[in-house]
Amino acid sequence: MNYHWNWGVFLEQVKGGDETYLDWLIAGFGWTVAVALSAWAIALILGIAVGTARTVPNKWLARAAHVWVELFRNVPLLVQLFLWFFVFPEFLPRELSLWVKQDMPAKEFITATICLGLFTSARVAEQMRAGIESLARGQGMAGLAIGFTLGQTYRYVLLPMALRIIIPPLTSEFMNVFKNSAVAFAIGVLELTFQARQMQEDSEQGIETYLAVTVLYFICAFVANRGMALIERRTRIPGYIGGAK
Amino acid sequence: MLSNFDFSVIAPSLPFIWTGLKFTVQLTLIAMSGGIVFGTLLALARLSSMAPLAMAATWYVNLMRSIPLLMVILWFFLVIPLITGKPLGAEASAIVTFTAFEAAYYSEIMRAGIQSIPRGQVAAGEAIGLNYWQVMSYVVLPQAFRNMLPILLTQTIILFQDTSLVYAIGAKDLLKAAEIAGKNYNRPVEMYVFVAGIYFVICFSLSFLVRRLQRKIAIVR
Repeated sequence: MNYHWNWGVFLEQVKGGDETYLDWLIAGFGWTVAVALSAWAIALILGIAVGTARTVPNKWLARAAHVWVELFRNVPLLVQLFLWFFVFPEFLPRELSLWVKQDMPAKEFITATICLGLFTSARVAEQMRAGIESLARGQGMAGLAIGFTLGQTYRYVLLPMALRIIIPPLTSEFMNVFKNSAVAFAIGVLELTFQARQMQEDSEQGIETYLAVTVLYFICAFVANRGMALIERRTRIPGYIGGAK
Repeated sequence: MLSNFDFSVIAPSLPFIWTGLKFTVQLTLIAMSGGIVFGTLLALARLSSMAPLAMAATWYVNLMRSIPLLMVILWFFLVIPLITGKPLGAEASAIVTFTAFEAAYYSEIMRAGIQSIPRGQVAAGEAIGLNYWQVMSYVVLPQAFRNMLPILLTQTIILFQDTSLVYAIGAKDLLKAAEIAGKNYNRPVEMYVFVAGIYFVICFSLSFLVRRLQRKIAIVR
């Protein structure tokens, strides 16, 4: 292997600028975290709503939620990103479309966040539905029997249980959001993967660059995993396998 | 607006799109076969009683699963030429990358499949004089494979979608072909919609088939 190692590259200045490569990576890390966390917020809110809608007695609502899930699950994330970025503005009224294309601030960031949020919401919705369906049938019936409305049954009986049950599968979805945020480079969000490619071309120190970026992604996955584990420990349901005593 | 759309560009670009689709399917099938073979070996290594082997396999799987596929694609594209000494095309690099990457995911599925087989069956196999490889290939793996077939296929659908990420190294898959066609005819919007439609139809029909298969092949106990 014929490779010229240079571990000091991170402190060197970028070509034609007064920043160091380290500054690039830190900025990239910040954008990755920003995209991932904002997308996760969207995914949680919409995913819980859509997943719940899939279990309600109203057929049309359940069907609409099903269509939502199938749409976002069966098209690759990168293609969805291009659809939001290049195609969606064409469907807006003329002035709004022009504004989105030309003047919208942080256009790439917002597009990537919405795209990743909706994509992930379909996955969260599937976990949510599985969580609600895993509850004993009698729980919902008991809620209705003591005079709760359907909404109250969901609010006080089904959702508090289901939300706690689905935390382990949500942990891996949360880690996926960080990993999936890498596709945002394709529309020019200055996140980690974008910076990695840019730094590799600029410095020609590919291995050092990718190692550093890989470690940063590792940190994201690890922190996400531990954070969710903490929540999981505190919300375990007594009496279930793996639950608190 | 929709009235400005011109879908007549799709017909002339079809042969081009077809070439891209062929590569996407080829990549998916090779990565699936290779991934399942190596994934099964990885799963056996993880469950083996040889501690260093089990640890190495665990590390490999966890490493692959905790970094973005895009980074893995870029890594292989950078490192393979450094090791072999000559540049490897984007397409060949993609095939190596996806096989290595998917092996980690398939191995987790196969591990779950192997672990779902009652321990007594292994003991029974050993009792009638089969050695380790015979127990695995005649008793455990056929059942594990059958139990996990729907999940293996679901993972393959995810793999099919993920192949679009070879965009990052410029391999000419379905998405890239659509993009180039869109540029040639100056109609990128129509091409993106068209290609999204192709992906949707393929993935939706496949997952429908997997659900039917699941009902059909479940082992009745």
